[in-house]
Amino acid sequence: MTIALPGKEIADKLAGKFPGTIIDSNQNYCLVKSEALLRIGTFLKDNPELDFKYLNYITAVDYYEYFDVIYQLTSLQYNHSIILKTRCPRDSAVLPSVVGLWRTADFQEREIYDLMGIRFEGHPNMKRIVLWEGFAGHPLRKDFNGT
Amino acid sequence: MEVGSVRQRVYSDKELDQAEGAAIEALKAGSQQPIPDPDQWLEEELKRNILLTTVDAMINWARRNSLWPVVCFPACCAFEFITTAASRFDISRFGMEIIRASPRQADLMITAGTLTWKMAPNVRRIYDQMPEPKWVIAMGACGISGGIFASASYAVVPGYNRIVPVDVYVPGCPPRPEALLYGIRQLQKKIARESLAKRKA
Repeated sequence: MTIALPGKEIADKLAGKFPGTIIDSNQNYCLVKSEALLRIGTFLKDNPELDFKYLNYITAVDYYEYFDVIYQLTSLQYNHSIILKTRCPRDSAVLPSVVGLWRTADFQEREIYDLMGIRFEGHPNMKRIVLWEGFAGHPLRKDFNGT
Repeated sequence: MEVGSVRQRVYSDKELDQAEGAAIEALKAGSQQPIPDPDQWLEEELKRNILLTTVDAMINWARRNSLWPVVCFPACCAFEFITTAASRFDISRFGMEIIRASPRQADLMITAGTLTWKMAPNVRRIYDQMPEPKWVIAMGACGISGGIFASASYAVVPGYNRIVPVDVYVPGCPPRPEALLYGIRQLQKKIARESLAKRKA
């Protein structure tokens, strides 16, 4: 079974390296500022002690005022994983793309853009993946009301 | 005993000879041409092998007993269709065991599954590629009305009859193979009532 590292432990490691970028951390996750997402992601991936070379999934949650985007990262070498979260406001739902770090992100970021309406900057092909071009709105948003 | 006296009372020998000669002459006179071959047996054979019917009845009989379905299985109803086609329920009893992968060789579309709007143009194209005459069976709740997705979904077509004309609706989620076979029988009855003169365009 993969060991789920406490988010706090990772946050402590990151705090010294990237001061002021950790918003929150607890047993379950580590929430970081979106401006630092790429730098932190690169560190988590390339640091030989952490070695998070594998991205399990990305998902997004609508909290009305803001969106949380959640990344589960795993090291296949050490068999441990963490939950990394970042946040973007609802009125300017833009986040940096992590396709350059993990190719898993390609389709999943497109799906999040399609259904949740969060735009990922730096994605090589940022367009809808499930619904058709011209569909009005993003159906997984809580305020979506269309049939 | 005098034999001659007894015979003389009925016909004389001369009369008998004359009667015989007349019969021969009559037969000879009536037999100057050869008698034609007796082909009465041929008509008997034809009577036994030719059925008289209407063009409508004959064409409908042929059409309804050799329906060839096209593959159009977007979702889970497909498994009930596969069961229907397999040996236990055996759709070939109704002359339709050849399930075509090409719509150009099919005349029946059994719409086994949920249809999304993104898939809808492709289903419409498959239907358009089928040659006339063609029929559609809407199989399952999703095929009829969108099913559980009918009222709430932004992505599901609420019934195949938005896309293609449907002849028979088979309810169920999914329908049992018996229900699908019953629907097929209903379609066959429907085809039996069709007329070439009234056939829809």
